[in-house]
Amino acid sequence: MTTMALRNTATLAWRTLVQIKHNPFELFDFSVQPIMFLLLFTYVFGGAIADSPGEYLTYALPGIIVQNLLFATLNTGVGLNTDISKGVFDRLRSLPIARFSPLAGRIVADVIKQAWAIALLLVLGIVLGFRIETGPAEVLATFALLLGFAFAVSWMSVLVAMLVSEPEKVQIFGFVLLFPITFASGAFVDPDTMPGWLRSFADVNPTSILADAARGLLSGGPVAGPVTQSLLWAAGFLVIFAPLSVRAFRRRI
Amino acid sequence: MSAPPAIVSGMDTTYAIHAEGLVKRFGDTTALDGVDLAVRPGTVLGLLGPNGAGKTTAVRVLATLIRPDAGHAEVGGFDVVRQPHQVRELIGLTGQYASVDETLNGTENLLMIGRLLGLSRRAARARAAELLERFDLTDAANRAAGKYSGGMRRRLDLAASLVGDPRLLYLDEPTTGLDPRSRNEVWDIVRRLVADGTTVLLTTQYLDEADQLAGEIVVIDHGRVIATGTPAQLKARTGAQTVTVRPAFGDELDRVREAVARVATGPVDVAGEVVTAPVSDPGALAKLVRDLDEHGLSVAELALRSPSLDEVFLTLTGGRA
Ligand SMILES: Nc1ncnc2c1ncn2[C@@H]1O[C@H](COP(=O)(O)OP(=O)(O)OP(=O)(O)O)[C@@H](O)[C@H]1O
Ligand SMILES: [Mg+2]
Repeated sequence: MTTMALRNTATLAWRTLVQIKHNPFELFDFSVQPIMFLLLFTYVFGGAIADSPGEYLTYALPGIIVQNLLFATLNTGVGLNTDISKGVFDRLRSLPIARFSPLAGRIVADVIKQAWAIALLLVLGIVLGFRIETGPAEVLATFALLLGFAFAVSWMSVLVAMLVSEPEKVQIFGFVLLFPITFASGAFVDPDTMPGWLRSFADVNPTSILADAARGLLSGGPVAGPVTQSLLWAAGFLVIFAPLSVRAFRRRI
Repeated sequence: MSAPPAIVSGMDTTYAIHAEGLVKRFGDTTALDGVDLAVRPGTVLGLLGPNGAGKTTAVRVLATLIRPDAGHAEVGGFDVVRQPHQVRELIGLTGQYASVDETLNGTENLLMIGRLLGLSRRAARARAAELLERFDLTDAANRAAGKYSGGMRRRLDLAASLVGDPRLLYLDEPTTGLDPRSRNEVWDIVRRLVADGTTVLLTTQYLDEADQLAGEIVVIDHGRVIATGTPAQLKARTGAQTVTVRPAFGDELDRVREAVARVATGPVDVAGEVVTAPVSDPGALAKLVRDLDEHGLSVAELALRSPSLDEVFLTLTGGRA
Protein backbone atom coordinates (compact mmCIF):
# COMPACT_ATOMS: atom_id res chain seq x y z
CA MET A 1 0.00 0.00 0.00
CA THR A 2 2.69 2.48 0.97
CA THR A 3 5.03 1.55 -1.87
CA MET A 4 2.05 1.98 -4.16
CA ALA A 5 1.38 5.42 -2.67
CA LEU A 6 5.02 6.40 -3.23
CA ARG A 7 5.02 5.11 -6.79
CA ASN A 8 1.74 6.87 -7.60
CA THR A 9 3.04 10.08 -6.08
CA ALA A 10 6.27 9.85 -8.08
CA THR A 11 4.34 9.24 -11.31
CA LEU A 12 2.06 12.18 -10.70
CA ALA A 13 4.97 14.42 -9.72
CA TRP A 14 6.66 13.40 -12.98
CA ARG A 15 3.51 14.30 -14.82
CA THR A 16 3.43 17.78 -13.29
CA LEU A 17 7.06 18.37 -14.20
CA VAL A 18 6.66 17.09 -17.76
CA GLN A 19 3.89 19.64 -18.26
CA ILE A 20 6.59 22.31 -18.26
CA LYS A 21 7.99 20.88 -21.47
CA HIS A 22 4.72 21.60 -23.28
CA ASN A 23 3.90 24.82 -21.56
CA PRO A 24 7.10 26.84 -21.60
CA PHE A 25 5.04 29.69 -20.27
CA GLU A 26 5.24 27.98 -16.91
CA LEU A 27 8.97 28.54 -17.03
CA PHE A 28 8.19 32.20 -17.02
CA ASP A 29 6.49 31.74 -13.70
CA PHE A 30 9.39 30.30 -11.83
CA SER A 31 12.41 31.38 -13.88
CA VAL A 32 11.96 34.49 -15.94
CA GLN A 33 9.77 36.34 -13.48
CA PRO A 34 12.10 35.91 -10.49
CA ILE A 35 15.08 36.92 -12.63
CA MET A 36 13.23 39.99 -13.81
CA PHE A 37 12.32 40.95 -10.27
CA LEU A 38 15.87 40.45 -9.14
CA LEU A 39 17.27 42.67 -11.89
CA LEU A 40 14.64 45.36 -11.43
CA PHE A 41 15.02 45.56 -7.69
CA THR A 42 18.80 45.52 -7.83
CA TYR A 43 19.24 48.17 -10.49
CA VAL A 44 16.13 50.33 -10.11
CA PHE A 45 15.94 50.57 -6.34
CA GLY A 46 19.43 49.44 -5.39
CA GLY A 47 21.21 52.75 -5.80
CA ALA A 48 18.43 54.73 -4.10
CA ILE A 49 17.92 52.47 -1.13
CA ALA A 50 21.54 51.51 -0.45
CA ASP A 51 24.77 53.06 -1.57
CA SER A 52 25.20 50.69 -4.50
CA PRO A 53 23.29 47.93 -6.26
CA GLY A 54 25.78 45.39 -4.89
CA GLU A 55 25.23 46.47 -1.32
CA TYR A 56 21.47 46.48 -1.78
CA LEU A 57 21.62 42.97 -3.20
CA THR A 58 23.20 41.73 0.02
CA TYR A 59 20.12 42.94 1.84
CA ALA A 60 17.44 42.25 -0.76
CA LEU A 61 18.34 38.91 -2.34
CA PRO A 62 16.98 36.81 0.55
CA GLY A 63 13.83 38.97 0.49
CA ILE A 64 13.37 38.53 -3.25
CA ILE A 65 13.80 34.77 -2.83
CA VAL A 66 11.16 34.71 -0.10
CA GLN A 67 8.69 36.83 -2.05
CA ASN A 68 9.08 34.66 -5.09
CA LEU A 69 8.63 31.56 -2.98
CA LEU A 70 5.39 32.78 -1.46
CA PHE A 71 3.92 33.68 -4.85
CA ALA A 72 5.02 30.33 -6.24
CA THR A 73 2.97 28.50 -3.60
CA LEU A 74 -0.05 29.61 -5.62
CA ASN A 75 0.96 27.21 -8.37
CA THR A 76 -0.05 24.27 -6.23
CA GLY A 77 -3.58 25.59 -5.86
CA VAL A 78 -3.91 26.71 -9.46
CA GLY A 79 -2.72 23.32 -10.71
CA LEU A 80 -5.07 21.38 -8.45
CA ASN A 81 -8.03 23.50 -9.34
CA THR A 82 -7.26 23.14 -13.04
CA ASP A 83 -7.12 19.37 -12.69
CA ILE A 84 -10.48 19.35 -10.98
CA SER A 85 -12.23 21.65 -13.42
CA LYS A 86 -10.77 19.89 -16.48
CA GLY A 87 -11.94 16.50 -15.25
CA VAL A 88 -8.41 15.11 -14.85
CA PHE A 89 -9.18 14.41 -11.22
CA ASP A 90 -12.19 12.30 -12.15
CA ARG A 91 -10.01 10.19 -14.37
CA LEU A 92 -7.39 9.79 -11.62
CA ARG A 93 -10.01 8.93 -9.05
CA SER A 94 -11.50 6.23 -11.22
CA LEU A 95 -8.12 4.45 -11.10
CA PRO A 96 -7.04 2.09 -8.33
CA ILE A 97 -4.38 4.43 -6.94
CA ALA A 98 -3.57 5.80 -3.49
CA ARG A 99 -6.24 8.30 -2.66
CA PHE A 100 -4.04 11.25 -1.79
CA SER A 101 -1.40 10.67 -4.44
CA PRO A 102 -2.82 13.32 -6.81
CA LEU A 103 -2.40 15.88 -4.06
CA ALA A 104 0.95 14.55 -2.90
CA GLY A 105 2.32 14.31 -6.45
CA ARG A 106 1.49 17.93 -7.13
CA ILE A 107 3.06 19.09 -3.87
CA VAL A 108 6.27 17.12 -4.46
CA ALA A 109 6.58 18.55 -7.98
CA ASP A 110 6.02 22.07 -6.69
CA VAL A 111 8.70 21.70 -4.02
CA ILE A 112 11.11 20.65 -6.78
CA LYS A 113 10.17 23.73 -8.81
CA GLN A 114 10.68 25.89 -5.72
CA ALA A 115 14.15 24.43 -5.19
CA TRP A 116 14.98 25.25 -8.78
CA ALA A 117 13.80 28.85 -8.43
CA ILE A 118 15.76 29.38 -5.21
CA ALA A 119 18.93 27.98 -6.78
CA LEU A 120 18.44 30.12 -9.87
CA LEU A 121 18.02 33.31 -7.86
CA LEU A 122 20.96 32.49 -5.65
CA VAL A 123 23.28 31.80 -8.58
CA LEU A 124 22.18 34.89 -10.45
CA GLY A 125 22.54 36.91 -7.26
CA ILE A 126 26.09 35.70 -6.89
CA VAL A 127 26.81 36.66 -10.49
CA LEU A 128 25.49 40.16 -9.73
CA GLY A 129 27.66 40.52 -6.65
CA PHE A 130 25.95 38.75 -3.73
CA ARG A 131 28.43 37.02 -1.43
CA ILE A 132 27.67 33.97 0.69
CA GLU A 133 29.61 34.63 3.92
CA THR A 134 28.82 31.27 5.51
CA GLY A 135 29.47 27.66 4.57
CA PRO A 136 27.76 24.85 2.62
CA ALA A 137 25.93 23.63 5.75
CA GLU A 138 24.22 27.00 6.12
CA VAL A 139 23.33 27.09 2.44
CA LEU A 140 21.75 23.65 2.77
CA ALA A 141 19.94 24.79 5.88
CA THR A 142 18.63 27.80 3.95
CA PHE A 143 17.21 25.55 1.25
CA ALA A 144 15.67 23.23 3.81
CA LEU A 145 14.08 26.07 5.74
CA LEU A 146 12.75 27.82 2.63
CA LEU A 147 11.35 24.63 1.12
CA GLY A 148 9.78 23.57 4.42
CA PHE A 149 8.17 26.97 4.70
CA ALA A 150 6.93 26.85 1.12
CA PHE A 151 5.48 23.40 1.75
CA ALA A 152 3.60 24.64 4.80
CA VAL A 153 2.23 27.74 3.08
CA SER A 154 1.17 25.78 -0.01
CA TRP A 155 -1.57 24.17 2.11
CA MET A 156 -3.24 27.54 2.20
CA SER A 157 -3.24 27.56 -1.58
CA VAL A 158 -4.62 24.00 -1.59
CA LEU A 159 -7.47 25.08 0.66
CA VAL A 160 -8.35 28.00 -1.60
CA ALA A 161 -8.20 25.67 -4.61
CA MET A 162 -10.74 23.37 -2.98
CA LEU A 163 -13.12 26.20 -2.19
CA VAL A 164 -13.22 28.19 -5.44
CA SER A 165 -14.62 27.17 -8.79
CA GLU A 166 -11.92 28.32 -11.21
CA PRO A 167 -8.12 28.38 -11.26
CA GLU A 168 -8.13 32.12 -11.96
CA LYS A 169 -9.79 32.72 -8.63
CA VAL A 170 -6.94 31.03 -6.81
CA GLN A 171 -4.60 33.40 -8.60
CA ILE A 172 -6.64 36.48 -7.80
CA PHE A 173 -7.07 35.53 -4.16
CA GLY A 174 -3.34 34.88 -3.87
CA PHE A 175 -2.30 38.16 -5.44
CA VAL A 176 -4.66 40.23 -3.34
CA LEU A 177 -3.33 38.58 -0.21
CA LEU A 178 0.33 38.25 -1.09
CA PHE A 179 1.11 41.63 -2.60
CA PRO A 180 0.54 43.62 0.59
CA ILE A 181 1.98 40.89 2.79
CA THR A 182 5.21 40.54 0.85
CA PHE A 183 5.74 44.28 0.36
CA ALA A 184 4.76 45.47 3.83
CA SER A 185 7.73 43.59 5.17
CA GLY A 186 11.45 43.73 5.65
CA ALA A 187 11.99 41.75 2.47
CA PHE A 188 13.15 44.69 0.34
CA VAL A 189 13.83 47.55 2.74
CA ASP A 190 14.64 47.92 6.39
CA PRO A 191 11.32 48.36 8.28
CA ASP A 192 13.00 51.08 10.39
CA THR A 193 12.22 53.52 7.56
CA MET A 194 8.47 52.80 7.68
CA PRO A 195 5.79 54.65 9.67
CA GLY A 196 5.26 53.16 13.12
CA TRP A 197 2.06 51.24 12.43
CA LEU A 198 3.44 49.68 9.26
CA ARG A 199 6.65 48.87 11.01
CA SER A 200 4.85 46.95 13.73
CA PHE A 201 3.16 44.92 11.02
CA ALA A 202 6.38 44.38 9.09
CA ASP A 203 8.15 43.18 12.21
CA VAL A 204 5.73 40.33 12.82
CA ASN A 205 5.20 39.61 9.14
CA PRO A 206 6.43 36.07 8.36
CA THR A 207 7.89 37.40 5.11
CA SER A 208 10.30 39.56 7.13
CA ILE A 209 11.07 36.79 9.56
CA LEU A 210 11.85 34.23 6.88
CA ALA A 211 13.92 36.78 4.93
CA ASP A 212 15.84 37.57 8.13
CA ALA A 213 16.45 33.89 8.71
CA ALA A 214 17.77 33.44 5.17
CA ARG A 215 19.91 36.56 5.55
CA GLY A 216 21.39 35.24 8.78
CA LEU A 217 22.09 31.86 7.26
CA LEU A 218 23.68 33.21 4.08
CA SER A 219 25.38 36.44 5.18
CA GLY A 220 26.00 35.78 8.85
CA GLY A 221 24.23 37.57 11.68
CA PRO A 222 21.46 36.48 14.04
CA VAL A 223 20.11 33.06 13.09
CA ALA A 224 18.53 31.32 16.06
CA GLY A 225 15.73 33.86 16.59
CA PRO A 226 14.42 34.24 13.01
CA VAL A 227 14.88 30.56 12.21
CA THR A 228 12.91 29.49 15.28
CA GLN A 229 10.19 32.01 14.51
CA SER A 230 10.08 30.89 10.87
CA LEU A 231 9.67 27.30 11.95
CA LEU A 232 6.86 28.32 14.29
CA TRP A 233 5.11 30.18 11.48
CA ALA A 234 5.53 27.18 9.18
CA ALA A 235 4.16 24.88 11.87
CA GLY A 236 1.23 27.26 12.32
CA PHE A 237 0.40 27.23 8.61
CA LEU A 238 0.68 23.47 8.56
CA VAL A 239 -1.44 22.86 11.65
CA ILE A 240 -4.20 25.17 10.50
CA PHE A 241 -4.32 24.69 6.77
CA ALA A 242 -3.32 21.06 6.21
CA PRO A 243 -6.29 19.56 8.10
CA LEU A 244 -8.70 22.09 6.62
CA SER A 245 -7.39 21.35 3.14
CA VAL A 246 -7.59 17.60 3.60
CA ARG A 247 -11.14 17.96 4.84
CA ALA A 248 -12.09 20.18 1.91
CA PHE A 249 -10.33 17.75 -0.43
CA ARG A 250 -12.33 14.81 0.89
CA ARG A 251 -15.51 16.77 0.61
CA ARG A 252 -14.94 18.05 -2.88
CA ILE A 253 -13.30 14.99 -4.34
CA MET B 1 -34.90 -14.54 -18.71
CA SER B 2 -32.05 -14.37 -16.22
CA ALA B 3 -31.14 -17.18 -13.85
CA PRO B 4 -31.65 -16.68 -10.12
CA PRO B 5 -28.66 -14.84 -8.62
CA ALA B 6 -25.80 -17.13 -7.69
CA ILE B 7 -24.50 -16.31 -4.24
CA VAL B 8 -20.73 -16.65 -3.96
CA SER B 9 -19.34 -15.72 -0.55
CA GLY B 10 -21.98 -13.10 -0.07
CA MET B 11 -21.39 -11.48 -3.41
CA ASP B 12 -23.80 -11.45 -6.27
CA THR B 13 -21.86 -12.36 -9.40
CA THR B 14 -24.74 -12.91 -11.77
CA TYR B 15 -24.52 -9.29 -12.71
CA ALA B 16 -21.46 -7.28 -13.62
CA ILE B 17 -23.32 -4.23 -12.36
CA HIS B 18 -26.21 -4.40 -9.96
CA ALA B 19 -27.77 -1.31 -8.43
CA GLU B 20 -30.86 -1.04 -6.32
CA GLY B 21 -32.71 2.06 -5.27
CA LEU B 22 -29.92 4.54 -5.97
CA VAL B 23 -30.73 8.01 -4.71
CA LYS B 24 -28.54 11.07 -5.16
CA ARG B 25 -29.51 14.61 -4.30
CA PHE B 26 -27.68 17.86 -5.06
CA GLY B 27 -29.31 20.46 -2.87
CA ASP B 28 -32.90 20.67 -4.04
CA THR B 29 -32.29 18.60 -7.15
CA THR B 30 -32.91 14.89 -6.94
CA ALA B 31 -30.61 13.63 -9.66
CA LEU B 32 -31.34 9.95 -8.95
CA ASP B 33 -34.63 8.99 -7.39
CA GLY B 34 -34.43 5.25 -6.76
CA VAL B 35 -32.70 3.82 -9.81
CA ASP B 36 -32.35 0.06 -10.29
CA LEU B 37 -29.92 -1.33 -12.85
CA ALA B 38 -28.71 -4.79 -13.67
CA VAL B 39 -26.11 -5.56 -16.33
CA ARG B 40 -25.10 -9.11 -17.14
CA PRO B 41 -21.41 -9.77 -17.86
CA GLY B 42 -20.39 -9.34 -21.46
CA THR B 43 -23.43 -7.31 -22.45
CA VAL B 44 -24.03 -3.66 -23.29
CA LEU B 45 -26.57 -1.70 -21.31
CA GLY B 46 -27.74 1.52 -22.88
CA LEU B 47 -28.75 4.16 -20.38
CA LEU B 48 -31.01 6.54 -22.19
CA GLY B 49 -32.50 9.78 -21.06
CA PRO B 50 -32.99 13.45 -21.88
CA ASN B 51 -30.70 16.21 -20.55
CA GLY B 52 -30.62 16.25 -16.78
CA ALA B 53 -32.18 12.79 -16.49
CA GLY B 54 -29.43 11.59 -14.18
CA LYS B 55 -27.30 9.53 -16.56
CA THR B 56 -23.97 11.07 -15.62
CA THR B 57 -24.85 10.96 -11.96
CA ALA B 58 -25.59 7.24 -12.23
CA VAL B 59 -22.27 6.63 -13.98
CA ARG B 60 -20.41 8.64 -11.35
CA VAL B 61 -21.95 6.63 -8.54
CA LEU B 62 -21.07 3.35 -10.26
CA ALA B 63 -17.53 4.63 -10.93
CA THR B 64 -17.09 5.43 -7.19
CA LEU B 65 -16.69 9.15 -7.90
CA ILE B 66 -19.66 10.11 -5.74
CA ARG B 67 -21.49 8.30 -2.99
CA PRO B 68 -25.20 7.64 -3.28
CA ASP B 69 -27.41 9.13 -0.56
CA ALA B 70 -29.40 5.91 -0.44
CA GLY B 71 -29.48 2.59 -2.22
CA HIS B 72 -26.83 0.09 -2.96
CA ALA B 73 -24.66 -0.81 -5.90
CA GLU B 74 -22.26 -3.62 -6.64
CA VAL B 75 -19.80 -3.74 -9.49
CA GLY B 76 -18.20 -7.11 -10.15
CA GLY B 77 -19.55 -8.17 -6.76
CA PHE B 78 -17.86 -5.26 -4.93
CA ASP B 79 -19.78 -2.57 -3.13
CA VAL B 80 -19.14 0.86 -4.65
CA VAL B 81 -19.20 2.59 -1.27
CA ARG B 82 -17.38 0.10 0.92
CA GLN B 83 -14.94 -1.36 -1.63
CA PRO B 84 -14.19 1.48 -4.04
CA HIS B 85 -10.60 0.40 -4.60
CA GLN B 86 -11.65 -3.07 -5.81
CA VAL B 87 -14.28 -1.53 -8.06
CA ARG B 88 -11.68 0.81 -9.56
CA GLU B 89 -9.50 -2.18 -10.37
CA LEU B 90 -12.24 -3.48 -12.64
CA ILE B 91 -13.52 -0.42 -14.43
CA GLY B 92 -12.51 1.96 -17.15
CA LEU B 93 -14.28 5.30 -17.37
CA THR B 94 -14.74 7.65 -20.28
CA GLY B 95 -16.58 10.62 -18.83
CA GLN B 96 -18.97 12.89 -20.66
CA TYR B 97 -16.29 15.55 -21.05
CA ALA B 98 -12.87 14.41 -22.18
CA SER B 99 -10.64 14.31 -19.15
CA VAL B 100 -7.22 14.15 -20.71
CA ASP B 101 -4.35 16.25 -19.44
CA GLU B 102 -4.21 18.97 -22.07
CA THR B 103 -0.65 19.94 -21.28
CA LEU B 104 0.71 16.44 -21.87
CA ASN B 105 1.02 14.84 -25.27
CA GLY B 106 -0.86 11.70 -26.28
CA THR B 107 1.91 9.30 -25.34
CA GLU B 108 2.50 10.93 -21.97
CA ASN B 109 -1.18 10.85 -21.09
CA LEU B 110 -1.31 7.10 -21.65
CA LEU B 111 2.12 6.55 -20.10
CA MET B 112 0.99 8.26 -16.92
CA ILE B 113 -2.02 5.99 -16.62
CA GLY B 114 -0.02 2.87 -17.40
CA ARG B 115 2.47 3.77 -14.69
CA LEU B 116 -0.29 4.53 -12.21
CA LEU B 117 -1.77 1.12 -12.95
CA GLY B 118 1.54 -0.48 -12.04
CA LEU B 119 2.96 -1.26 -15.49
CA SER B 120 6.72 -1.11 -15.87
CA ARG B 121 8.10 1.81 -17.83
CA ARG B 122 8.69 -0.41 -20.84
CA ALA B 123 5.26 -2.06 -20.65
CA ALA B 124 3.55 1.30 -20.23
CA ARG B 125 5.34 2.64 -23.32
CA ALA B 126 4.38 -0.39 -25.37
CA ARG B 127 0.76 -0.16 -24.24
CA ALA B 128 0.62 3.57 -25.03
CA ALA B 129 2.02 3.01 -28.53
CA GLU B 130 -0.40 0.16 -29.14
CA LEU B 131 -3.44 2.18 -28.08
CA LEU B 132 -2.38 5.27 -30.04
CA GLU B 133 -2.06 3.06 -33.09
CA ARG B 134 -5.45 1.48 -32.51
CA PHE B 135 -7.12 4.86 -32.11
CA ASP B 136 -5.39 6.37 -35.12
CA LEU B 137 -3.47 8.86 -33.01
CA THR B 138 0.09 7.78 -33.80
CA ASP B 139 0.71 10.91 -35.85
CA ALA B 140 -0.44 13.08 -32.95
CA ALA B 141 1.43 11.08 -30.30
CA ASN B 142 3.91 13.88 -29.62
CA ARG B 143 1.50 16.77 -29.72
CA ALA B 144 -0.04 18.28 -26.61
CA ALA B 145 -3.59 16.96 -26.13
CA GLY B 146 -4.80 20.55 -25.75
CA LYS B 147 -4.10 21.01 -29.45
CA TYR B 148 -6.17 17.97 -30.47
CA SER B 149 -9.51 18.30 -32.21
CA GLY B 150 -12.60 17.34 -30.21
CA GLY B 151 -12.78 13.95 -31.87
CA MET B 152 -9.10 13.21 -31.29
CA ARG B 153 -9.43 14.18 -27.66
CA ARG B 154 -12.40 11.82 -27.25
CA ARG B 155 -10.43 9.01 -28.82
CA LEU B 156 -7.48 9.68 -26.52
CA ASP B 157 -9.87 9.71 -23.59
CA LEU B 158 -11.29 6.38 -24.66
CA ALA B 159 -7.77 5.00 -25.10
CA ALA B 160 -6.91 6.22 -21.61
CA SER B 161 -9.81 4.28 -20.15
CA LEU B 162 -8.58 1.11 -21.85
CA VAL B 163 -4.94 1.16 -20.68
CA GLY B 164 -5.67 -1.29 -17.87
CA ASP B 165 -7.78 -3.63 -20.04
CA PRO B 166 -10.84 -3.11 -17.85
CA ARG B 167 -13.47 -5.84 -17.64
CA LEU B 168 -16.10 -3.15 -17.32
CA LEU B 169 -16.27 0.01 -19.33
CA TYR B 170 -18.40 3.05 -18.62
CA LEU B 171 -18.95 5.31 -21.59
CA ASP B 172 -20.81 8.52 -20.85
CA GLU B 173 -22.05 9.86 -24.19
CA PRO B 174 -18.96 8.58 -26.01
CA THR B 175 -19.91 9.88 -29.45
CA THR B 176 -21.44 13.26 -28.62
CA GLY B 177 -19.80 15.80 -30.88
CA LEU B 178 -18.18 13.24 -33.18
CA ASP B 179 -18.63 13.26 -36.93
CA PRO B 180 -20.39 10.21 -38.45
CA ARG B 181 -17.13 8.53 -39.39
CA SER B 182 -15.61 8.88 -35.94
CA ARG B 183 -18.88 7.72 -34.45
CA ASN B 184 -18.77 4.57 -36.53
CA GLU B 185 -15.20 3.98 -35.42
CA VAL B 186 -16.18 4.26 -31.78
CA TRP B 187 -19.06 1.86 -32.38
CA ASP B 188 -16.67 -0.63 -33.97
CA ILE B 189 -14.33 -0.34 -31.02
CA VAL B 190 -17.16 -0.97 -28.59
CA ARG B 191 -18.35 -3.97 -30.56
CA ARG B 192 -14.86 -5.44 -30.58
CA LEU B 193 -14.49 -4.91 -26.85
CA VAL B 194 -17.81 -6.61 -26.21
CA ALA B 195 -16.80 -9.48 -28.48
CA ASP B 196 -13.75 -9.88 -26.25
CA GLY B 197 -15.95 -10.13 -23.18
CA THR B 198 -16.01 -6.56 -21.86
CA THR B 199 -19.19 -5.39 -20.18
CA VAL B 200 -20.24 -1.91 -21.24
CA LEU B 201 -22.49 0.65 -19.63
CA LEU B 202 -23.22 3.28 -22.22
CA THR B 203 -25.17 6.47 -21.81
CA THR B 204 -26.39 8.20 -24.87
CA GLN B 205 -28.89 10.63 -26.26
CA TYR B 206 -28.72 9.01 -29.69
CA LEU B 207 -31.33 6.35 -29.89
CA ASP B 208 -29.80 4.77 -32.92
CA GLU B 209 -26.63 4.40 -30.89
CA ALA B 210 -28.47 2.44 -28.22
CA ASP B 211 -30.22 0.48 -30.95
CA GLN B 212 -26.89 -0.30 -32.63
CA LEU B 213 -24.93 -1.30 -29.57
CA ALA B 214 -27.08 -2.13 -26.60
CA GLY B 215 -28.69 -5.48 -25.97
CA GLU B 216 -30.76 -3.91 -23.25
CA ILE B 217 -31.93 -0.36 -22.71
CA VAL B 218 -32.91 1.46 -19.55
CA VAL B 219 -34.74 4.73 -20.08
CA ILE B 220 -34.51 7.21 -17.24
CA ASP B 221 -36.11 10.58 -16.75
CA HIS B 222 -36.06 12.85 -13.70
CA GLY B 223 -33.85 10.30 -11.95
CA ARG B 224 -36.34 7.45 -12.32
CA VAL B 225 -36.35 4.40 -14.55
CA ILE B 226 -39.36 4.73 -16.80
CA ALA B 227 -38.79 1.75 -19.08
CA THR B 228 -36.51 -1.24 -19.42
CA GLY B 229 -36.14 -3.81 -22.16
CA THR B 230 -34.47 -4.83 -25.38
CA PRO B 231 -34.78 -2.34 -28.24
CA ALA B 232 -37.44 -4.62 -29.78
CA GLN B 233 -39.42 -4.81 -26.54
CA LEU B 234 -39.34 -1.05 -26.17
CA LYS B 235 -40.53 -0.58 -29.72
CA ALA B 236 -43.35 -3.02 -29.05
CA ARG B 237 -44.39 -0.98 -26.02
CA THR B 238 -45.89 1.73 -28.13
CA GLY B 239 -47.89 -1.13 -29.63
CA ALA B 240 -49.08 -0.25 -33.07
CA GLN B 241 -47.18 -0.19 -36.30
CA THR B 242 -47.82 2.63 -38.69
CA VAL B 243 -49.08 2.39 -42.24
CA THR B 244 -48.23 5.20 -44.63
CA VAL B 245 -49.92 5.70 -47.99
CA ARG B 246 -49.31 8.33 -50.62
CA PRO B 247 -51.94 8.30 -53.39
CA ALA B 248 -50.69 8.48 -56.97
CA PHE B 249 -53.29 11.11 -57.76
CA GLY B 250 -54.11 13.98 -55.47
CA ASP B 251 -57.84 13.86 -56.21
CA GLU B 252 -58.04 10.35 -54.78
CA LEU B 253 -56.75 11.44 -51.39
CA ASP B 254 -60.16 11.31 -49.71
CA ARG B 255 -61.01 7.86 -51.03
CA VAL B 256 -57.58 6.57 -49.98
CA ARG B 257 -58.16 8.02 -46.55
CA GLU B 258 -61.44 6.09 -46.30
CA ALA B 259 -59.72 2.85 -47.33
CA VAL B 260 -57.02 3.36 -44.69
CA ALA B 261 -59.67 4.11 -42.08
CA ARG B 262 -61.21 0.67 -42.71
CA VAL B 263 -58.04 -1.10 -41.42
CA ALA B 264 -56.81 1.53 -38.93
CA THR B 265 -56.93 0.94 -35.18
CA GLY B 266 -56.59 4.63 -34.35
CA PRO B 267 -57.09 8.08 -35.79
CA VAL B 268 -56.15 8.54 -39.44
CA ASP B 269 -53.79 11.40 -40.06
CA VAL B 270 -53.50 13.30 -43.32
CA ALA B 271 -50.45 15.49 -43.75
CA GLY B 272 -50.12 17.01 -47.21
CA GLU B 273 -50.48 14.12 -49.64
CA VAL B 274 -49.64 11.43 -47.12
CA VAL B 275 -52.10 9.36 -45.12
CA THR B 276 -50.84 7.66 -41.97
CA ALA B 277 -52.62 5.55 -39.38
CA PRO B 278 -51.77 3.03 -36.66
CA VAL B 279 -52.58 -0.61 -37.38
CA SER B 280 -52.16 -3.71 -35.24
CA ASP B 281 -53.67 -6.60 -37.23
CA PRO B 282 -50.83 -8.52 -38.94
CA GLY B 283 -53.01 -8.92 -42.03
CA ALA B 284 -53.82 -5.23 -42.25
CA LEU B 285 -51.41 -4.42 -45.02
CA ALA B 286 -52.64 -7.21 -47.32
CA LYS B 287 -56.22 -6.21 -46.59
CA LEU B 288 -55.48 -2.60 -47.40
CA VAL B 289 -53.77 -3.49 -50.67
CA ARG B 290 -56.78 -5.61 -51.77
CA ASP B 291 -59.16 -2.86 -50.73
CA LEU B 292 -57.28 -0.20 -52.65
CA ASP B 293 -57.16 -2.47 -55.70
CA GLU B 294 -60.89 -3.22 -55.58
CA HIS B 295 -61.63 0.47 -55.51
CA GLY B 296 -59.29 1.12 -58.40
CA LEU B 297 -57.02 3.39 -56.38
CA SER B 298 -53.34 3.56 -57.25
CA VAL B 299 -50.66 4.58 -54.78
CA ALA B 300 -47.23 6.11 -55.23
CA GLU B 301 -45.95 4.90 -51.87
CA LEU B 302 -47.15 2.32 -49.39
CA ALA B 303 -45.24 1.37 -46.27
CA LEU B 304 -45.69 -0.39 -42.97
CA ARG B 305 -43.11 0.33 -40.32
CA SER B 306 -42.30 -0.25 -36.68
CA PRO B 307 -42.00 2.83 -34.50
CA SER B 308 -38.48 4.20 -34.31
CA LEU B 309 -36.81 4.28 -30.93
CA ASP B 310 -37.08 8.05 -31.10
CA GLU B 311 -40.84 7.77 -31.16
CA VAL B 312 -40.74 5.31 -28.30
CA PHE B 313 -38.48 7.64 -26.40
CA LEU B 314 -40.69 10.64 -26.97
CA THR B 315 -43.74 8.63 -25.94
CA LEU B 316 -42.06 7.39 -22.78
CA THR B 317 -40.64 10.72 -21.70
CA GLY B 318 -43.84 12.57 -22.49
CA GLY B 319 -42.58 14.34 -25.57
CA ARG B 320 -39.70 16.02 -23.79
CA ALA B 321 -36.42 14.91 -25.29
N1 LIG C 1 -22.46 18.42 -8.94
C1 LIG C 1 -23.75 18.80 -9.08
N2 LIG C 1 -24.24 19.80 -8.33
C2 LIG C 1 -25.53 20.17 -8.45
N3 LIG C 1 -26.40 19.61 -9.28
C3 LIG C 1 -25.98 18.61 -10.05
C4 LIG C 1 -24.63 18.15 -9.99
N4 LIG C 1 -24.50 17.13 -10.88
C5 LIG C 1 -25.70 16.97 -11.45
N5 LIG C 1 -26.61 17.85 -10.95
C6 LIG C 1 -28.03 17.93 -11.34
O1 LIG C 1 -28.57 16.63 -11.31
C7 LIG C 1 -29.43 16.42 -12.43
C8 LIG C 1 -28.94 15.23 -13.22
O2 LIG C 1 -27.72 15.58 -13.85
P1 LIG C 1 -26.89 14.59 -14.75
O3 LIG C 1 -25.63 15.28 -15.11
O4 LIG C 1 -26.77 13.28 -14.09
O5 LIG C 1 -27.83 14.45 -16.03
P2 LIG C 1 -27.52 13.77 -17.43
O6 LIG C 1 -28.60 12.79 -17.68
O7 LIG C 1 -26.14 13.28 -17.48
O8 LIG C 1 -27.71 15.00 -18.42
P3 LIG C 1 -26.95 15.36 -19.80
O9 LIG C 1 -27.59 14.55 -20.88
O10 LIG C 1 -27.23 16.81 -19.97
O11 LIG C 1 -25.51 15.06 -19.61
C9 LIG C 1 -29.46 17.72 -13.18
O12 LIG C 1 -30.60 18.44 -12.79
C10 LIG C 1 -28.20 18.43 -12.76
O13 LIG C 1 -28.39 19.82 -12.77
MG1 LIG D 1 -24.51 13.69 -18.58
